Amino acid sequence: MAQRIVVDPITRIEGHLRIDAEINNGFINKAWSSGQMWRGIEVILQGRDPRDAWLFTQRICGVCTTVHALASVRCVENALGLEIPINAQYIRNLVLSLHALHDHIVHFYILSALDWVDVISALSANINKTVQLAESLSNWPGNSAKRFKAVQEKVQSLVDSGQLGPFANGYWGHPAMILPPEANLMAVSHYLESLDYQRKADMALAIIAGKDPHLQNMSVGGVTTAINMDNENTLNMERLYWIKQLIGEVRGFIQQVYLPDVIAIGALYKDWLQYGAGVTNYLAVPDMVLDTKSDSFDLPGGTIMGGDLGTVKPFKSFKDPYFRDNVVECIARSWYDGDWTRSPYKEDTIPKYTDFQDNGKYSWIKAPRFQGQPMQVGPLAQVLIGYAQGHALTKKYVDDVLARISSLAKVKVGPAVLQSTPGRHVARAIRAAMLADLSLKHWDLLVDNIGKGDLEIFNKPTFPKGEQLGFGFHEAPRGALSHWIVIQDGVIKNYQCVVPSTWNAGPRDDKDKPGPYEAALVGNPVAEPEKPLEVLRTVHSFDPCIACAVHMLNPQGRELVKVKAL
Amino acid sequence: MSRHDFGNEGNMRVDRRTFIKGCTMAAAALGLSETMVPKLVAAATSAQRPPVVWLHFQECTGCTESLLRASHPDIGRLILDIISLDYHETVMAAAGHQAEQVLQETISKYDGKFICVVEGGIPTKDGGIYCKIGGRTAVDILAEVAPKAAAVIAIGTCASFGGIQAAKPNPTGAVGVRDLVKNTPIINIPGCPPNPISFLGTVLHYLTFKRLPRTDQLGRPLFAYGREIHDQCERRAHFDEGRFVEQFGDEAHRQGFCLYKVGCKGPGTFSNCPAVRFNGVGAWPVGVGHGCIGCTEPEFWDTMTPFYERLPGVTIPGGGKGIVTGATSVGMKILGVTAAAVGIHAAVGIGKRVVKCKKCNNTPDEQE
Repeated sequence: MAQRIVVDPITRIEGHLRIDAEINNGFINKAWSSGQMWRGIEVILQGRDPRDAWLFTQRICGVCTTVHALASVRCVENALGLEIPINAQYIRNLVLSLHALHDHIVHFYILSALDWVDVISALSANINKTVQLAESLSNWPGNSAKRFKAVQEKVQSLVDSGQLGPFANGYWGHPAMILPPEANLMAVSHYLESLDYQRKADMALAIIAGKDPHLQNMSVGGVTTAINMDNENTLNMERLYWIKQLIGEVRGFIQQVYLPDVIAIGALYKDWLQYGAGVTNYLAVPDMVLDTKSDSFDLPGGTIMGGDLGTVKPFKSFKDPYFRDNVVECIARSWYDGDWTRSPYKEDTIPKYTDFQDNGKYSWIKAPRFQGQPMQVGPLAQVLIGYAQGHALTKKYVDDVLARISSLAKVKVGPAVLQSTPGRHVARAIRAAMLADLSLKHWDLLVDNIGKGDLEIFNKPTFPKGEQLGFGFHEAPRGALSHWIVIQDGVIKNYQCVVPSTWNAGPRDDKDKPGPYEAALVGNPVAEPEKPLEVLRTVHSFDPCIACAVHMLNPQGRELVKVKAL
Repeated sequence: MSRHDFGNEGNMRVDRRTFIKGCTMAAAALGLSETMVPKLVAAATSAQRPPVVWLHFQECTGCTESLLRASHPDIGRLILDIISLDYHETVMAAAGHQAEQVLQETISKYDGKFICVVEGGIPTKDGGIYCKIGGRTAVDILAEVAPKAAAVIAIGTCASFGGIQAAKPNPTGAVGVRDLVKNTPIINIPGCPPNPISFLGTVLHYLTFKRLPRTDQLGRPLFAYGREIHDQCERRAHFDEGRFVEQFGDEAHRQGFCLYKVGCKGPGTFSNCPAVRFNGVGAWPVGVGHGCIGCTEPEFWDTMTPFYERLPGVTIPGGGKGIVTGATSVGMKILGVTAAAVGIHAAVGIGKRVVKCKKCNNTPDEQE
């Protein structure tokens, strides 16, 4: 007999998300994904100065801070045909990578590790065995008996105090939690250490960007981070070197803690490598720009269809019509008037609430499509697309990580296992490792260029009369983000964001094709429907960000049933 | 290295010395004397950690994210040692009805004793349907939780004043906490996001003295919002003496001159940004060459835009050209470290008439 469960709120994500799932004989056979908040930022943007848009759009999300700033300035520059100085490109690349390093670490440890790690089980871990386990995985100096003992005592004192704080009412002792106590203790220790390292990435970001979250050094036409080696108020060698040192520290954590932990979880939960693939069309956009025209990149983008790496087709530049002409959004199953499918340039969104209809409209999130197909975006898409194109850095890390999982799991695995719930975590860790390397590379590129005497950071934008259309994309931590602007006589006429979590969390379309969350949940086991830990695992593996997904209208709410498992 | 030392109190997060240093800095930020430091330390390490319920409404989670970047106390120490963060959607392990159960238990068990933190605006239009959690509107949840709280801390400009969703045309009728909650002490910590030190200083003050710190008429604590950014800015001398950036990337920009003409809203914005800075690296927006956007002020999305145009109603000394004598007298009014810096700059500039520098190849002081 089928059961329907409703999980609302989904926690440890940005924003307000509800997931419904129908369970039959212990497995999910149908799922629905629905967002819960509207702020109307795109509406608020109409009539404003296009130079201001990035400051507004950045507030779409404080978790994905920086990403909407980057996509926004790029869409205005695209509309104006404005190149930006190479220093500004390198500085933006550092913004991209430093933010992503922070974000990936936070996502794995703070937002999703507790789906796999049983905090209470850590209490029964043997300290010496924990040290042995940790040392078999890496040489991290934090893996000491002294530290593991202190962590265990800390967890014990939390339990004894009766105040578990954020660990209260977690899924401890759940049958789907299968890590040995020692692995749990090691992971809890790393959870606490991760708090220090995510912050170091932000410190480096703040040095070039003024503050974080919500950086303040961007501008249409470049960046505002003035460069002068002979001034105390500008980017000088003291500031630059501090950034480099911090990148080095964060890179050490990624190489010696994050990557080994994800490999271990992938291997220890090898049964899960068969669950959660869902939509296997992938889309990533190229980023880490290497020239002023934005035609060459250090991170490749493109598409893969049907999980077949042989179908890979690249996006070649910021102006590539293969991207521009194939992205549409469908509202057939979303609470907007009509059932159209349109280019973001041509959307005019009129909300129309109908209540939750399983077979009709049921979400505020729209359904983006590429050539009519749902696409999965995110680090997995980027890693597969890079791997399929023979991108050297991607290949190096993917082959290394797969070999280490194979060795630990005692079964040979290939890139296909990445198309799974744990695989998305593995791909995210691989992307973090790549970005740590690329951060250092782009730091060098910036310093080398400054050394040649080039201090340019800004090309002034001018807004002609008439209408200009522009799109700007950015490979954000959660995947391909694009902003689309229509400028009329120097002010914003229309503004749309097609966001990674919209691609992934979106509902079905006019052809009844489910979105990636919905598809990925199908076939997942659910051991205890009243404690749907497995639903959280798969949804969290996408790194949901609902503030981003539902930045558009939500003028009518709906009466939700009180949170419950039916 | 302190981060991996467990210290002499069995304290896992930071050693005692680092922690006391943090409390000393918090005390300084609060304007307290050093004799208060032991009291802060005691308050922050009391046996029963005060329960905190953190409500997310129309928000971007940027305020929570800013706390992840805090260094004293850091997030681990804050949530494991100082407070008991019993409900917080972004970090809690529980989800769905397990999460809502925690909320209900906390507010009934600690009725009148817990701290309620609100992040995000509250949509009031059409019965508040624009934001729902667990099937209930933000308005309803706030109406249930806030009256039972000992105090409400509105973190960020959204919870304080409505924030970005309240920008024209405010499609959801978004408002701040003070517009809805009466009879419970409320303090506003605006900023987009605010500096975590302003929030943490308020929490430590409350835990130590059992009352909220003194505020201005907008409900903002004076220790963090008592003075205008313009008055504390390291570039103030350039303003007074008429040295302005005309365009990002120009020579004046590379010399660190005043950003007023490229849109800085430091005049008219009250915050401690130039004093406490961000992320523990001495950075702040003006420091990286971008103007202040006025994010601690109500309705700044409408009143401070366009961001790259000059704020009207600001008088540049010397009829727009800047005057040294004016600089000196303004500098005299300013207290503390910034005053010393301004004074030195003013002294250097004495006797040299400086005009606005459109494209100068030399340092402006050499332009007679």
